[in-house]
Amino acid sequence: MRLLSNLIYGLRSLFRKAAIESEMDEELRGFVDASTADKLHRGMTPDQAIRAARVEMGSANAVKHHIRSAAWETKVEIFWRDLCYGVRMLLRSPGFTAVAVLTLALGIGANTAIFQLLDAVRLRSLPVRNPGELTLVHLADLQGWRGHQDTAYPALTNPLWEFVRDHQHVFSQVLAWSPTNLGITVGDHQRLVQGLWVSGDFFNVLGVRPALGRLFTSSDDRPGCGASGVVVSYTFWQSQLGGNPQAIGSTLTVGGHAVPILGVTPNGFTGPEVGHSFDVAAPICSQSAYWTEGNWLDSSTDWWLTVMGRLQPGGSLSMANAGLESLSPAAFAASLRKDYPAENLRDYLHFRLVADPAPGGVSWLRDKYESPLWMLLGLAGFVLLIACANLANLMLARGSARVREFAVRLSLGATKGRLICQLLWESFPLLLLGAASGLLLAGALGKSLIALLSTQGDSLFVDLHPDWRVLGFTAMLATFTALLFGLIPAFRATRLAPSEAMKSGSPRAGGMRESNRLRRGLVITQVALSLVLVTGAVLFARTLANLLTVDAGFREDNILITSLDLSQLDIPVARRLAVKKEIVDRLHDVPGVEAASQVGIVPLSGSSTSNRVWAEGEDRQSGFDPNFNWTGNGYFKTLGTPILAGRDFDQHDTPNSPMVAMVNQEFARRLGKGANPVGLRIRREAAPHEPETVFEIVGLVKNSKYRDLREQFVPIVYLASSQDQDPNPFEQVMLHSALPLPILTSRIKLAIAGKSPQISVDFRVFKTQIRDSLLSERLMAALSGFLGILAALLTAVGLYGVISFLVTQRTHEIGIRMALGAGKRQVLSSILRETLMLTLLGIGVGLPITFSVTRLIASMLFGIKPSDPVAFALAALALCGVGLAAAYIPARRAAAVDPMTALRCE
Amino acid sequence: MGQRDVVQGTLEMLILKTLALEPIHGYGVATRIEQVSQGVFRVNPGSLLPALARMERAGNVKSEWRASENNRRAKYYALTARGRKALSQEAATWNRQVSAIARIMEA
Repeated sequence: MRLLSNLIYGLRSLFRKAAIESEMDEELRGFVDASTADKLHRGMTPDQAIRAARVEMGSANAVKHHIRSAAWETKVEIFWRDLCYGVRMLLRSPGFTAVAVLTLALGIGANTAIFQLLDAVRLRSLPVRNPGELTLVHLADLQGWRGHQDTAYPALTNPLWEFVRDHQHVFSQVLAWSPTNLGITVGDHQRLVQGLWVSGDFFNVLGVRPALGRLFTSSDDRPGCGASGVVVSYTFWQSQLGGNPQAIGSTLTVGGHAVPILGVTPNGFTGPEVGHSFDVAAPICSQSAYWTEGNWLDSSTDWWLTVMGRLQPGGSLSMANAGLESLSPAAFAASLRKDYPAENLRDYLHFRLVADPAPGGVSWLRDKYESPLWMLLGLAGFVLLIACANLANLMLARGSARVREFAVRLSLGATKGRLICQLLWESFPLLLLGAASGLLLAGALGKSLIALLSTQGDSLFVDLHPDWRVLGFTAMLATFTALLFGLIPAFRATRLAPSEAMKSGSPRAGGMRESNRLRRGLVITQVALSLVLVTGAVLFARTLANLLTVDAGFREDNILITSLDLSQLDIPVARRLAVKKEIVDRLHDVPGVEAASQVGIVPLSGSSTSNRVWAEGEDRQSGFDPNFNWTGNGYFKTLGTPILAGRDFDQHDTPNSPMVAMVNQEFARRLGKGANPVGLRIRREAAPHEPETVFEIVGLVKNSKYRDLREQFVPIVYLASSQDQDPNPFEQVMLHSALPLPILTSRIKLAIAGKSPQISVDFRVFKTQIRDSLLSERLMAALSGFLGILAALLTAVGLYGVISFLVTQRTHEIGIRMALGAGKRQVLSSILRETLMLTLLGIGVGLPITFSVTRLIASMLFGIKPSDPVAFALAALALCGVGLAAAYIPARRAAAVDPMTALRCE
Repeated sequence: MGQRDVVQGTLEMLILKTLALEPIHGYGVATRIEQVSQGVFRVNPGSLLPALARMERAGNVKSEWRASENNRRAKYYALTARGRKALSQEAATWNRQVSAIARIMEA
């Protein structure tokens, strides 16, 4: 009640200021009158009485001030007044305001944008029930692992998953899922959408409630369910089904089957994978129905299900791991199916399951980009510091102009605290404007960051809406900035002893020298931080350049990858090779195509496979594990990889002729039988669907990159596609052609349709795929370059400000020197020399910082060491250049000083 | 601290006690404190009036403009119920403190 009445009283006083003021005057007057009357009564003369009463009262204004300060509303008034003054000052100097707001906006915006992405990717948990309880279950180590991994995340096979689901007592609940692509037919038009295989209990375990209809239960995921219903995501329902509530129960054609839509997931749930959303979810048991080729439900060599478990209430990770440890032998023994290679059984049975915490779900985006993003955040932080230094300098300049005003007020009784408070409040509007524009900028920057990270065929979906963490971060940043650039000048401005400040003449006393030192110190810090940023930018740019020009061993330009799906044609296995050959020949005959050939694994696509190989006649132990690929004849010609010895595959190599292989130089080196292994025979261990086989090496090719541009050359064995014992109805063909893309693709589609219109065709440009694989390097080069340029610009502005101020200060001195005979050029060069000194000092301070920072990014670099002297020299040179350019105008001004004018004015 | 200032922290208590007798204006409070303390304490308006304003904000006293004894307008302060309670609390605390000091000084 007291608070409330105080509040009301205060509010009323705010609106009755004049009345309150006159009341106070009246009360004080009344006091003095009563006191005077009393003294008269006691025998003083009227004059003495009045004087004594007045002396007792003291300064009426001071008393009124004390009375007022008992009330809270004065503080509000003062705060409001300071704020208005700040706004007026900003409006009066629009140039300063524009520069300051822009500086702040860039600094805060860059930091917030990067933090937003980090927050969405790293710091947020999944929008599910108790995400902290979720763990990821996977193999402890992959020694001797065989098979085919379908997803980027750790995965188990379906038999393994089913055993864990049915027999585990370790977790309170478990779930499994796998991302996939599903073909949706809309009209007569087929589209690929993002699909998700999920276990029956998936939504229940995550605590996701349907927005419409119902979601899966465990009875939806039973053996032999076939193509039963599907669940769609909220965004899919809105965009593809028009948000129509009648969509529940209607059918959707998925993979050629008409299935009912059972329900819609809630808005905001985008699946367990951060960075990707899903459109359609189907139960795991229906995998065999939608995919005509390849039933993974009963396979021990198809690892495709990501399994997660919820810890027991009160349970811990170590308890869960102990439970998994004891469950493992039974799990692997029971999950073994016929297709697992016999040679690797022992390794299989020794596998162990292990669990890791996964409250944020899984994210390829996070795994790949987390460290670059943190590094970028650090760099952006440096930029913000540089921006703050600029603002501090600007405020210092402003503050020094008001030194007199503060001196007067200090001597009149104002406290330092009050003045500093006022200065801080005055900078508040600037801060608010800057932070607001920074937030806006961050929104736009964040979106372009996401666009940068999306690649062809893999569009990124990250929920960037600002949550409390981001807003809190921005607020913290803004406060920190304000304190940095507001407090120091405030302290400086009020430090001067009033008597010093009041001396006549412009303030050129000793206090100024200290302020100069502070200014120079700030600029030196700016240069030092800029050195870090510019060096980083140079290093990342060189890394990207190195990767773009590295010799990959094949040509990258003018290559098109065509993916063909022949499954609709229902070709019997025996005829498939012939049909595929016919299609490749057709493609070869397309006018404008110079060469075409099949390939099993496109280089640098991220896929890989390997197996054990040893020389014929020796034993398995002496061998090693090269990578494998399957190629048609003409592959090396298509990709421009020279055949160094022997021959390429040709029409004589059929499934019935002796098995042949080609190898690269690195393989020959590892085999250790001389530089030219053509003619030698090698044994390959049994693969999931093939027995142990002997191959004769018929050709030797130059080394080429297999999976990653950064790798050292690995040994590769190429097998003939034409000798494929078990061909599937899919094919990838790489074509070399100089035709423009639209013409090429339309001609290819024509040629394929000529064979049969039921073959679906998909295109990817090889060069774009390679560029996409360099995504994180491109990201770092682009962003660090942007930040480096920003830093250099801000430092230039800072240097300009400081040198400008110095010149103004020294106008008098320059005038004297010129009067005594100094020439314009001497003055110019002395100013430039001083600037260079400042810059060099900054570079000197920045060198050790740069050394330590660049050590942190060593793992991200390629072909260049973090302490590369050329990079450092370039950065230093660039900064010197920037400094000289910034000082040029003030230096010219100094040289243009007219001695007479300079000596005349004070 | 001047020679005749009240003991630190007791001003509000003394004002409350003064007002407990009857409502009075600011000058009246100052006069009464000086008289009853027989000249030991003397409160100047620079401390008294702000103290009164504070106490009014705290809800311990209330004020109204009335005609004074010589027929001029003056601001009269009076205790509120809350103020009475505050007075008894502060008086109790003060008495406790004084007895303790006395015990120590006589030991």
